[in-house]
Amino acid sequence: MTTPSEKPIKVLAENVHKAFGRNEVLKGIDMEVRTGEVACIVGPSGGGKSTFLRCINHLEKIDAGRLSVDGELIGYHQRSGKLYEMRDKEVAAQRRSIGMVFQRFNLFPHKTAAENVMAGPVVVRGDNRKQAKARAIELLGKVGLADRGDSYPSQLSGGQQQRVAIARALAMDPDLMLFDEPTSALDPELVGEVLEVMRQLAKSGMTMVVVTHEMGFAREAGDVLAFIDKGVVAEIGEPREILANPKSARFQDFLGKVL
Amino acid sequence: MSTVSNPEEPQTRDKPPIEAVPVRHPGRWVGVAIVAVFAAMFLHSILTNPNWGWSLIRQWIFAPPIIKGVGVTILLTVLSMVIGLVLGVLLAIMRLSPNPVMSGSAWVFVWAFRGTPVYVQLFLWANIIALYTTVGLGIPFGPEFFTFDTKTLIPAFVAALLGLGLNEAAYMAEIVRAGILSVDEGQEEAATAIGFSRLQTLRHIVLPQAMRVIVPPTGNETISMLKTTSLVIAIPLTTELFFQASAVGNRLFQPFPMAIMASIWYLALTSVLMVGQYYIERYYGKGAQRDLPLTPIQKIRRRLGIGSAP
Repeated sequence: MTTPSEKPIKVLAENVHKAFGRNEVLKGIDMEVRTGEVACIVGPSGGGKSTFLRCINHLEKIDAGRLSVDGELIGYHQRSGKLYEMRDKEVAAQRRSIGMVFQRFNLFPHKTAAENVMAGPVVVRGDNRKQAKARAIELLGKVGLADRGDSYPSQLSGGQQQRVAIARALAMDPDLMLFDEPTSALDPELVGEVLEVMRQLAKSGMTMVVVTHEMGFAREAGDVLAFIDKGVVAEIGEPREILANPKSARFQDFLGKVL
Repeated sequence: MSTVSNPEEPQTRDKPPIEAVPVRHPGRWVGVAIVAVFAAMFLHSILTNPNWGWSLIRQWIFAPPIIKGVGVTILLTVLSMVIGLVLGVLLAIMRLSPNPVMSGSAWVFVWAFRGTPVYVQLFLWANIIALYTTVGLGIPFGPEFFTFDTKTLIPAFVAALLGLGLNEAAYMAEIVRAGILSVDEGQEEAATAIGFSRLQTLRHIVLPQAMRVIVPPTGNETISMLKTTSLVIAIPLTTELFFQASAVGNRLFQPFPMAIMASIWYLALTSVLMVGQYYIERYYGKGAQRDLPLTPIQKIRRRLGIGSAP
């Protein structure tokens, strides 16, 4: 489907299914993201994009299919053809190398920006507080907030909060970043600053899976664009190409509404 | 994205303040007058009716048995609340655990200890000796390695602590559970996504935020506990404040003034607790509000400042 690439596969989803009760949200997602690529996922709400993203770091358990990162199944061990559920500790270890940024930021409101960024390294990895703090300030600098380390989230704008959230995810030195509609909760004039940070991150070679409504970002920064609708990948390809020539009627219809 | 700098400074114009006659509230003045009359009548009766026994209260309020009673009451309150809090947090975590054995046993504990009067529980702890004269340590249904006499194992003070502390734990469990449930789910998700374990999430992320919801009812519980200690007569534990005050009252044939004296002590202690609660709430409000709320002293200053303004 996509242009052949030498880069190793980072995320591989094969026939991924997920239902909430009787509501089938994912009905067989097939997708691959290669190392260093930025994969954008678009589609109508309720189509399953966010659910799929949350399956990648096992915030949601899949019902059927296979989902692996770096060739390692997420949430399961496979031994002699049989699947074994992972213990919470093992899942937590897998999640450490996968950063996630949420639509509603989910910063810890009782911690300052710097403490938010430090929390992972200090609590999970047991890093030295002083070094973690220095690194937190450095990461906040990367997202343009070097001087806001001592601010509480409630004292920051939405765009600033989301940038802190990105720094917080980066603090665990992930090699894969998941973005769940990172700009959807932002005022229009604040969207740009967050997208700019994400562009920088993409340029630095980070593998990213981005659920978004920002077609501009998908076109410019994306290597792959997937259109997820009704629980399946309805269309996938090089962003400029498929945005210019959408094949399915559903994708054409969707683009007509958002562009 | 860069902000456009305005070459012209915004002109500052003079702002003549609004001078208007404020709304009058004649009803308030009538209210003040009525309250003042009642207060004066009450005060007059307190001061002139000799049955209040103020001289007796003054004579006994700092007497050694009363002071010791205050000490025991404070000690009982603090220790029972510590037991209640620690056990309550544990029970709340158990109730929210996905493990059905954990949540089930926590539920049963709360059901039993919340469902019976604390007075009865105190009585039962004191008389557990009637059920089991010895407590043994050994293999269940098998041989015992150590045995203890319950009479020496559970003296009156320990029985009081068990009764008050375990009863309190049942209430605290529900308060803590409500606090934990009040924290946005996104918080747990964010921590989980970073790689926090369930317990790390609870300790570093969820509980500190739940505290904002937990502290006010806990203050309530502490104040309630201070007064509930007067029920340990069920055991009987006789060293606490109210029993001591009544004993003095009965001896002097003046029970009423001594009850008033005990009330004065209880009021003084609860007032101190209220101040403490205020500052704890303020501490856990960190990050929830842009600015911390004023301390009472700051508030009084501001109130006076406004009050003296025209």
